[in-house]
Amino acid sequence: MSGAQATRRGLALGSRPRRSRRLSFWRSRRTMEAVMRVAATLIVIACSAIIIAPALWMVSTSLKTRPETIIFPPRLLPEAPQWGNYPEALTFLPFARYFRNTATIVLVVMLGDVLSNSVIAYAFARLRAPGRELLFTLVLSTMMVPYQVLMIPQYVLFHRLGWIDTYKPLTVPAWFGSAFLIFLLRQFYRAIPQEMDDAARIDGCGYISTLVRILLPLSKPAISCAAIFSFTYNWNDFLAPLIYINSQDKLTVAVGLSYFTHRYGATPWNLLMAASITTVMPCVLLFFFAQKYFIQGIVISGVKG
Amino acid sequence: MSQREALVFYLLITPWVVGFLSFAFGPILAALGFSFAEYDVIRPPRFVGLANYAAMAGDPLFWQALKVTIGYTFTAVPLGIVASLFLATMLNQKVPALAFFRTVFYLPSVISGVAVSLLWLWLLNPAFGLINWAIYSLFGITGPKWLLSNEWVIPAFVLMSLWGVGGGLIIYLAALQSVPTELYEAASLDGANAWRRFRNVTLAMISPVVLFSFITGVIGSFQIVTQAYVMTGGGPHYASLFYGLYVFQNAFRYFKMGYASSLAWVLFLIVLGLTLLTFKVSSQFVHYQAGGAAR
Repeated sequence: MSGAQATRRGLALGSRPRRSRRLSFWRSRRTMEAVMRVAATLIVIACSAIIIAPALWMVSTSLKTRPETIIFPPRLLPEAPQWGNYPEALTFLPFARYFRNTATIVLVVMLGDVLSNSVIAYAFARLRAPGRELLFTLVLSTMMVPYQVLMIPQYVLFHRLGWIDTYKPLTVPAWFGSAFLIFLLRQFYRAIPQEMDDAARIDGCGYISTLVRILLPLSKPAISCAAIFSFTYNWNDFLAPLIYINSQDKLTVAVGLSYFTHRYGATPWNLLMAASITTVMPCVLLFFFAQKYFIQGIVISGVKG
Repeated sequence: MSQREALVFYLLITPWVVGFLSFAFGPILAALGFSFAEYDVIRPPRFVGLANYAAMAGDPLFWQALKVTIGYTFTAVPLGIVASLFLATMLNQKVPALAFFRTVFYLPSVISGVAVSLLWLWLLNPAFGLINWAIYSLFGITGPKWLLSNEWVIPAFVLMSLWGVGGGLIIYLAALQSVPTELYEAASLDGANAWRRFRNVTLAMISPVVLFSFITGVIGSFQIVTQAYVMTGGGPHYASLFYGLYVFQNAFRYFKMGYASSLAWVLFLIVLGLTLLTFKVSSQFVHYQAGGAAR
């Protein structure tokens, strides 16, 4: 590659292909690149330290005694790690129940999201019909509508249906498609060669069996990606459960966590951090084990928009 | 055959059509209707004409919410773009252990919502928080009161938003990696230095991605509720009364559904207007590769 480049450069420089000059040029360029690379690495290390510091601080605080959290200057590490903070924080409010509640909601939503959107996205990616592009534009435009506009009429609707203080307002809409996931899955499907479908069609597959037997098996990364987005979004969702759930024993972890400070007089930061860490753990673990899908999904939704 | 295909298409998207009508399009129209009414969910709505909109014009909190949100948005979104683009450029310099750094930078974006708000409530604690301790040990001065101060509460939210640069970073890194290297070689041949190469090749090639993340960033920050609800409740003295929070308070604290709907519709129009304006202004800066980026 560098040979071809050198030739081209020689051509570009025209009548002055002096070898010594060119060598020094390459040498200086290479040193500059090396310097740049070292500088960039140092900057990246410094910035990642700044980014990770709050997370480490969270862990350190969660293992301190309460007096240790309110001294200045703060101690970086606890004198002795207080593992007992975790059971204390998690029994102060019925977090075991909140975890069960949230897991139930999130699993039902995830199932609905994956089933409905993989079918809807297939239609938008592969089947030709008049008005398809217009309808897809409509799908995309709903992503722009602020939740604030939808939340009041949706509340009124669910109130009329008698769904307040049940999980139905949180789970049922997921079975009717979500614009973001339709978009994401459609992008994935379009990356699969059309010839696969055609071959299946020739072998006598109908539209549905083409989806089930050809596209879905090839789309496992896409489906995982959609499931992960659905999981993290709904696990962390705060506003909808805050609006729809009133009973203490039906709360989700996010809402339960927000009540933590209200119950205590002064905030017990060590316990609060222990509870926070526990509630984000499912998402963090999922991220560590399925990082590839996270990144793939973000890139597809952000770059190819 | 083709007619059958169309039939199957409509059949398969039926769930979306039903969902669109009942959870999006219907509600948008209903919100418009409610915005001309006085409504508390218990009693039927009472038509009041343009009274809600007139009340908005005279509502100092509406203007305050608008001021807070615009001030935050046009600081946090550009800073976030610059920071994540800068870090992506650094990571793109063949930095070792790329995957490790990418994981570190993205981690905060995984733990969104209430837990992050509580963490930052603690980090920004004026007396015992990590941030004021860092300020004290680096500069020897006492840091601001952050969330308790009228002037510093919005900068505090901006700082917190910068913790989430990882999302944008991953997108920009992928975009940078997709810029063809021939373009850089050609630019070098034409005598472009590093800055010119960045401006005229890199920025031009990834401009659609920057535009997209700007628009989604603006739309997102006009809808902020959780952080403000958990961390400040809009205080002190309404200094962090985000627009989204104000709509939420009117709807679900005061049950002024009519007024909240008119606020929400104005929000909708603002977001729509800003998006269209951004597209119009950006058309001369944004470079769409023929058949490439648009797909």
